[in-house]
Amino acid sequence: MATQSLQTPPLPCRATPELLKTHGITPEEYERIVQALGREPSLTELGIYSVMWSEHCSYKSSKVHLKRLPTRSERVVQGPGENAGIIDIGDGWACAFKIESHNHPSYIEPFQGAATGVGGILRDIFTMGARPLAVMDSLRFGRIVDRRKPPAAADRGQATERAEVQAQSSSYSPARKLRGLEAKKLIHKNHSILEGVVSGIASYGNCFGVPNLGGETKFEECYFGNPLVNAFALGLVRKDEIFYAKASGTGNPVIYVGAKTGRDGIHGATMASEEFREGSEQKRPNVQVGDPFLEKLLLEACLEAMQTGAVVGIQDMGAAGLTCSTCEMGARGGVGIEIELDHVPQREIGMTAYEIMLSESQERMLLVAESGREHEVFRVFEKWGLDAVTIGRVINEPRMRVLEHGNIVADIPNTSLTDDAPVYRRPMQPWTVPVPKDKPANAPLGANPDLTGVLKRLLASQNICSKRWIHEQYDSMVQTNTVQGPGGDGGVMRIKDTLRGLAMSLDGNGRWCYLNPKLGAMHAVAEAARKVVCAGGVPVAATNCLNFGNPEKPHIMWQFSEVIDGLAEACTALGTPITGGNVSLYNETLGEGIYPTPVVGVVGIVESIERTATPHFRSPGREAILLSAALAPYDDRQLGSSEYAKEIVGSLWGEPPALDLKSEAALQKCVLELIEKGLIESAHDCSDGGLAVAIAESCFRHEIGAELHLPEGSEPLEIALFGEQASRVLVCCVPGDRQLIQQIAAKHTIQAEFLGRTGGDRLVIRRGPSDAVSVYIADIKNVWAQALECALHSDVPERVVPETLDK
Amino acid sequence: MKFGVLVFPGSNCDHDAYHVIAAAAKQPVTFLWHASHDLENCDAIIVPGGFAYGDYLRTGAIAKFAPIMQEVSRFAAGGGLVLGICNGFQILCEAGLLPGALMRNAGLKYICKPVKLRVESTDTPFTSACTEGEVLEIPIGHMEGNYFCDADTLAELNRENLRGDGWGARAQIAYGPCGRASGNPCAEPERRVCALRAGDGICQQGRFGHGSQ
Repeated sequence: MATQSLQTPPLPCRATPELLKTHGITPEEYERIVQALGREPSLTELGIYSVMWSEHCSYKSSKVHLKRLPTRSERVVQGPGENAGIIDIGDGWACAFKIESHNHPSYIEPFQGAATGVGGILRDIFTMGARPLAVMDSLRFGRIVDRRKPPAAADRGQATERAEVQAQSSSYSPARKLRGLEAKKLIHKNHSILEGVVSGIASYGNCFGVPNLGGETKFEECYFGNPLVNAFALGLVRKDEIFYAKASGTGNPVIYVGAKTGRDGIHGATMASEEFREGSEQKRPNVQVGDPFLEKLLLEACLEAMQTGAVVGIQDMGAAGLTCSTCEMGARGGVGIEIELDHVPQREIGMTAYEIMLSESQERMLLVAESGREHEVFRVFEKWGLDAVTIGRVINEPRMRVLEHGNIVADIPNTSLTDDAPVYRRPMQPWTVPVPKDKPANAPLGANPDLTGVLKRLLASQNICSKRWIHEQYDSMVQTNTVQGPGGDGGVMRIKDTLRGLAMSLDGNGRWCYLNPKLGAMHAVAEAARKVVCAGGVPVAATNCLNFGNPEKPHIMWQFSEVIDGLAEACTALGTPITGGNVSLYNETLGEGIYPTPVVGVVGIVESIERTATPHFRSPGREAILLSAALAPYDDRQLGSSEYAKEIVGSLWGEPPALDLKSEAALQKCVLELIEKGLIESAHDCSDGGLAVAIAESCFRHEIGAELHLPEGSEPLEIALFGEQASRVLVCCVPGDRQLIQQIAAKHTIQAEFLGRTGGDRLVIRRGPSDAVSVYIADIKNVWAQALECALHSDVPERVVPETLDK
Repeated sequence: MKFGVLVFPGSNCDHDAYHVIAAAAKQPVTFLWHASHDLENCDAIIVPGGFAYGDYLRTGAIAKFAPIMQEVSRFAAGGGLVLGICNGFQILCEAGLLPGALMRNAGLKYICKPVKLRVESTDTPFTSACTEGEVLEIPIGHMEGNYFCDADTLAELNRENLRGDGWGARAQIAYGPCGRASGNPCAEPERRVCALRAGDGICQQGRFGHGSQ
């Protein structure tokens, strides 16, 4: 391989304003590049800077804020900065986990976008030496049900008129100006995004052979044009067999393994750092194409190669492909890497250096082996039928040097791409959410005679209904470790050959963050942790995916900063440091941003998989108890952020529910103690749709009814039933244990209100002498179970379909 | 009794099957690599689930050409025990060791959920510990689980079953779907066959649920 002394620097590119613009590089940034290099960059170098300095790779807008997150605890083995975070879970095992977004690609090409999102996060896990144990997804889509759909009997014209009035009065809706047919097209598009994303996730994860434990799926108008696909993966590794993405040892060979490099995904990272405009669909070639079969081979081959002891460091080629892995591995090890592109396995002929360096072809890894032992690595990859080629060496100088046919095409100091990338302290502007503080006058409370009907409508609403149609398409049982699959509060996996398990959950509420970013973010952490607790796990760490709009807008940056403060406060209070994650900005289409949507994944340790809980009532004759933290009364302002306000009133106002982190922590400790002592048969977090929905959901699995009394109170019944107070868990126990449970709760300063008994085939909820809700379980279960499928298969008028497909 | 679990590139339930035999059945078990010609003196072969060779063309279409499959065919012809689970069942059908073929699920989607199966015959080595008519809950997880065979084969399968001696050049139904609500992803109810036993009296079987799970 050529040495530097024989080389002349690469030819400079002609840095016209247009060229810089297509690379997303500002004139100031270009000046920095010239300074770092001491000369004008070549075109390949400009491309390399453009992806490494993109928002997606450099975190240039978010870095200054991310520093405020808590990242340490006794259990944290690896915090942010590596491919995934790692925590110690005892018995010599460690758990690697991370969440990552694939939002932009999933809008442009839903199937491949979502599939490669799963592929990317799985590679991040097994790069660390961990075998992926489970995945979960947090998905957000635009509305899939026409809220304005006329009742079957109603006149179409009238209904449309009413629809427009409603749409205009709705506080936040990119679709507000759309009329009947347009709105139908939009819903049709949302259906196809949802179907594409779900089958993409299914196809990749199922073939790879990793169980998917569900996660959460929510629908809001603002995610039309900007669906969110956040994939959370978790893997197991022996604590003494963790691998890092760090190059070392001058002269060690740098080996390329896995799929060949093609032209797919060039500038994927840059695309993910821009807003969408008209014609963004044309960016489809920027989306990578996934091959889960190859990834499965790569997993087995990498884990086997690591066992040989000949691997020094390894990193996957994700965003910014070969570029990112080369400079980051060098930078972490304080060394450099020199590669010759002629040796890179290529799928297409005539690829330029620029294309090879920027390709985001999937299922590739870069590893550094011990010099003289590369044949041990090659033998493993040959067995699995994969390419493994030495493409370069570790060098002493801390630079990334790229050669093509022996000529230098890029020669860049590593740190100018990584640690010294631009960091922006973007301007922030406190922002007041443009919704009323108070409940609209035309939405009276306490007078509705048909609360059973309201419950039914809520159970059938997009956000609350069963997501069975989605998670049945995911293999949730492969690997035979699944203790609790999809459909509960959290997922639980056993760790083979031990008594222990791992619990995981995902949560995020964009609407609450929109109303109050800091409080909303605190709720996301609290609820994700609460869900892990309800499954029987002690929350020990968290990962976050921060989905926001354009950071160049001061109010978006302010939302971001507030969310970080909320996450930091809640993670500290609940003992779940953040070990890594992902930031996805520029989630805007035509200037319409999404709700600020931090999604939090929490991992918990289950001491014994014999001691877990599910949300489901298991037998009749049991006692239902509501555990809750003492909070300021939930009022009709807080109701404005609820599913009730969204679905029943059709409006948004007020603020998220109050939260007290100290009481939340106490509640979680209390529930864990009850589960550990074997005192409760079920535990269910009360969240979307309030207590009534939580009770109904507990009844469904085994079709066991209940006759319950709400605590006495003077608040309107709508609030008692559907209010979404924080820090509440519905549990059930055998009759003899009630007093003991109440004693334990009192010790934790948690209220434990006896509600009534399970049994029968009806759900009856009373307050005082009269029935507030009374209905057969079978009736509401059906509505809840079928709603999503019905919505997706609802008739689309024929005239809509061809037009939409034409595009 | 020594078990061998085949490993194709893309098998993803090989470790599951291995674990169940080793940890639950407590029997000796070994992996058998797809490119090998050696069954290593195993007394029973498990063809595990997964996506052998990616299954991009058609499930099992490439796996049937794997070197190890020649040995499995020979082993089966000699009366050896072969159990195909999920993708393994698809491979056995594709390799002609079991009659019929598997089409895409009626809903054209991958389905993963527990289904109820009724034991149809108990005179197979794989169901001998069950009682006839017993209902088992077994998870499924597949895209192509819609069993199809022509009318004559189906009639023969049913006949073999009624006779109960379960032999013949063809096959025998070991499990059938239980009731309409079982959610079996086959399109036509009369063709709902979940597990087949084929062979010459000693037995070889495909099973469609993920028994290992």
